[in-house]
Amino acid sequence: MGLLIAAEHLYQHYGRYCAVQDVSFTLEKGQVLGFLGANGAGKTSIMQMLSGNLAATSGQIRINGFDIQKQAKLAKACLGYLPDTPPLYRELTVDEFLAYCGRLHGLNQPALSKAVSLAKDRCGLTDVGKRLIANLSKGYQQRIGIAQAIVHNPAVIILDEPTVGLDPLQIRSIRALIRELGNDHGVILSTHILSEVQESCSHVQIIHQGQLVMSESIAGLNARMDTSVLLVTTQRQADVACLKAIPGVVDIDCLDAQRLRISHSLSANPGPAIAETIIAAGWGLQEITPIKQSIEDIFIRVTN
Amino acid sequence: MKMIATIASREFKTLFLSPLAWSLLAILQLVLAYLFLTQVETFLTLQPKLANLEGAPGLTDIIVPPLFGNAGIILLLVTPLLTMRLVAEERKHKTLTLLLSAPVSTLDIVLGKYFGLLGLLLLIVLLVTLMPLTLLIGGDLDLGKLAANSLALSLLLASFAACGLYLSCLAGQHPSIAATGTVGFLLLLWLLNWTGVLQNERSPVLEYISLLRHFQALQTGLASTVDIGYFVCFIASFIWLSVRHLEHKRMKS
Repeated sequence: MGLLIAAEHLYQHYGRYCAVQDVSFTLEKGQVLGFLGANGAGKTSIMQMLSGNLAATSGQIRINGFDIQKQAKLAKACLGYLPDTPPLYRELTVDEFLAYCGRLHGLNQPALSKAVSLAKDRCGLTDVGKRLIANLSKGYQQRIGIAQAIVHNPAVIILDEPTVGLDPLQIRSIRALIRELGNDHGVILSTHILSEVQESCSHVQIIHQGQLVMSESIAGLNARMDTSVLLVTTQRQADVACLKAIPGVVDIDCLDAQRLRISHSLSANPGPAIAETIIAAGWGLQEITPIKQSIEDIFIRVTN
Repeated sequence: MKMIATIASREFKTLFLSPLAWSLLAILQLVLAYLFLTQVETFLTLQPKLANLEGAPGLTDIIVPPLFGNAGIILLLVTPLLTMRLVAEERKHKTLTLLLSAPVSTLDIVLGKYFGLLGLLLLIVLLVTLMPLTLLIGGDLDLGKLAANSLALSLLLASFAACGLYLSCLAGQHPSIAATGTVGFLLLLWLLNWTGVLQNERSPVLEYISLLRHFQALQTGLASTVDIGYFVCFIASFIWLSVRHLEHKRMKS
């Protein structure tokens, strides 16, 4: 069995407030599992439970076959964890800090310096090894946090919002790194950014108000979201019925006289046809903008 | 065992990476050197009278116990500033997660942090002990008594550290509460044997609990198992409480 994580019926109560409710899932080697959810959906609580920092009110978590509470040491040896705030000792240099993290996971010289330089290389920290963590920018600190989670080459890597505070270029390289890590590790990451999941994950779970509302592969997610929205602005009022007749158009909302919100099927892609129809009819096409899907759209779609 | 050493050495090194340990050592040494010199002066004024007395206190008796006694009181106020960093400040900066998610037992974490701080405290004891040792150049010292005083101060500081560590665990994310709590608690333990002054009769139980009594008993040069045992039990209980608390906290939330 290649099961790296088996979580069964997790509950987490904070007093009366129930943050996580009956969440079960598994992670296999080679999977990159994205936890997608709005702020406060319970992502961080799940990550903390998986990493052994927070005991579940009830339920069981097995990491590589070891119970996270009862066989904590064995389970944690297979884990690399980046919390929502990277746990960095600011008065150490990057090299010192990563070496300390490696030693905490039982690495010894000469394997230790090899592991540290590999982790630095993967996270783009080679140039800053001798610098104090306190003096580095937030993006670097985030990357040190990721390096800290992978330095001991764990079987399971848990990343809580790994791309927070990074610039677009860094985000791209970190996403590539996550995909690469997914080849021979199991990776779990949490995020509230949809495109992040679509780009770097193989599987996605949507969590809403503490409950798992969807668990799918990325292909499945794309299939389920086969609708998209176009915002169209015209100079003169358009004939809605005429536009609705175009194949692929699912629904049209009139926002006001000039602006339309057109829901359409992604696979049919009626964008060009819509534009042609509007121009041919002389309604004066001013703007046609594809609207990015937000998590809320997916929630609505998934929960309906 | 190896993990304890790893954590302890990082704790110890980190102390010296910030100005805290350096300034602390410098200021302590300055204050204690001043106290030491006043004691030497006291001895010089008393010397002619003492020479005529049979069985009079010697150089060691006049200089060493007051110096170590004062060092104990000053460090009672200083140690909490160091112990508050151990857990409460790590919680505040959210760095404790690193240790909690590593394959390390809670006992390893607690002992590692404790020994790291103990390293600095023993260094302070060493620096205090060096001052009376300089008197060997021109005088005669009772080295046994000096050793007993060093032992007494070491055990006392080790107890302060253990107590401070536990309160640092209790204080959640508030290092300042850990520090004030520790100062208050230690002062109370220190002063417990003053009950007799208020009531005209001594309470043997409270007196037995008092840190001061056992410290002073060791200072006389009498290294009795009762006093050493008291300190060892004191330290072990607070370490055990710290481990219990951290483990309980992990289980609960």
